[in-house]
Amino acid sequence: MLKLKKLVKTYRTGDQALKSIELEVPEGQVLALIGPSGAGKSTLIRCINRLVEPTSGEVWLGDIELTHLKSSGLRRARREMGMIFQEYALVERLTVMENVLSGRLGYVGFWRSLTRRFPQSDVDEAFRLLDRVGLLAMADKRADELSGGQRQRVGICRALIQNPKLLLVDEPTASLDPKTSRQIMRLICELCTERGLAAIINIHDVALAQMFVQRVVGLRFGAVEFDGPPEALTPDVLTTIYGEEDWEATIKKVDDDGNEIEAAE
Amino acid sequence: MPVIEKNGDTIWHRRTTKQSLAHSAMWLVGLAIFAYCWQQISNATTWFFVWDAPRIASDIWTRATPPKWEYISQLGRPIWDTLNIATLGTLIALCLAVPVAFLAARNTTPSALFIRPVALLIIVSTRSINSLIWALLLIAIIGPGVFAGVVAIAIRSIGFCAKLLYEAIEEIDEVQVEAITATGASRWQVMAYGIVPQILPAFAGIAVFRWDINIRESTVLGLVGAGGIGLQLSASLNVLAWPQVSLILLVILAAVVISEWVSAKVRGAII
Repeated sequence: MLKLKKLVKTYRTGDQALKSIELEVPEGQVLALIGPSGAGKSTLIRCINRLVEPTSGEVWLGDIELTHLKSSGLRRARREMGMIFQEYALVERLTVMENVLSGRLGYVGFWRSLTRRFPQSDVDEAFRLLDRVGLLAMADKRADELSGGQRQRVGICRALIQNPKLLLVDEPTASLDPKTSRQIMRLICELCTERGLAAIINIHDVALAQMFVQRVVGLRFGAVEFDGPPEALTPDVLTTIYGEEDWEATIKKVDDDGNEIEAAE
Repeated sequence: MPVIEKNGDTIWHRRTTKQSLAHSAMWLVGLAIFAYCWQQISNATTWFFVWDAPRIASDIWTRATPPKWEYISQLGRPIWDTLNIATLGTLIALCLAVPVAFLAARNTTPSALFIRPVALLIIVSTRSINSLIWALLLIAIIGPGVFAGVVAIAIRSIGFCAKLLYEAIEEIDEVQVEAITATGASRWQVMAYGIVPQILPAFAGIAVFRWDINIRESTVLGLVGAGGIGLQLSASLNVLAWPQVSLILLVILAAVVISEWVSAKVRGAII
């Protein structure tokens, strides 16, 4: 459904963030993108919805090629791709409801959005989503009154109300505590299954990725180093992605840890 | 370097010997310049008038007190004009400053090469000329009266408001803008949802702050004939009617105190 062909991004400083990436994500697959800081994970995600303009290569979403779209075509394509951010990226001074409804901006005209007259179906869907993530009572609160985990839930609602085919998720748990991280990851993966969504999730926490996803892609210096199921992440593989480190202990300990939490819940 | 090895100990000073010598020399030069300037000013001053000042001041004080209270009946209209000049001028300035600010801010300008310099030029040129001078110019163009005052205040305030506003726009959190862009929102929707909520508190603060300044500025506009209470002030000064002058000063003081109080309240309510 999503296909990247020879995707290259070279920043003006000369840094080659992505070196000819080839990647295909079938419908409904949740994929974790791991790799050290600066490997190009964020750039890759942002090149797909063109928050960052790729230097060359092609991005196919279904049968539409995104890199050559003009502004209105690009807006239509962006509606198909929901994005979730590391620091939540909610508009702090708007209410939770406004933040969720802002996910419908691509479907609503300027004046209607300015005066907040969203179609009733959108409002219904917003309430349904808020209820699903357990924030129905918060609808009228301002976004900056919420805790980190709650904000990320609002961010998820904003992405889902777009009714996307694909979720682009950039470090969803990096600003959260371990427990909330798991809950958020579980929520994202559950919602993807419920709606048959494909997702690309950038994530630092290898163990967390292993717990929830079906496929892991490892990025190093802007190139794909590993592509396989989570079980195939051996210490040797992690060494090729991240560099030399005692991985055995990390993976093992994390596995035990995961089981413990699972048992405790 | 200020770190010196001596007898096995490592000693640290704030400056090296050379630096501290240079530092003292700078102070010496500064003092010499100050003394020279003092002498120049002293030579150019007619000290007789200065020694006379306390006597003249107390003379004016006795003439000016008590204020001529019954004159207040003639001040209502001018102080109302003054308030209107300030308020209308601020409103017009804000309307014009908002687009200029968006054109000047690096992250929202349509063209950093052509349009941004023009916007910056508008900001600098309107800001650098005092409202009294704008009033003098405008009186020559559109004749004396309140309208000239309103326009003078408006022009003077554009640069001030636009500069503060475009700095606020440049300081917004870009990730929030990215998030709105990623939903497929149009350019204007991104502005309304991603940028405006972030700069709204700054905008309200700037508006009230400038209104507060403009009340003070508009009190003197009458001195050059641009309407308001300054007109009464200059008339009273010209005929040496000191009790009237003191009453006018009291009225201006009251107006400024009230405006400061209002703006403090409003700013407190927003932030």
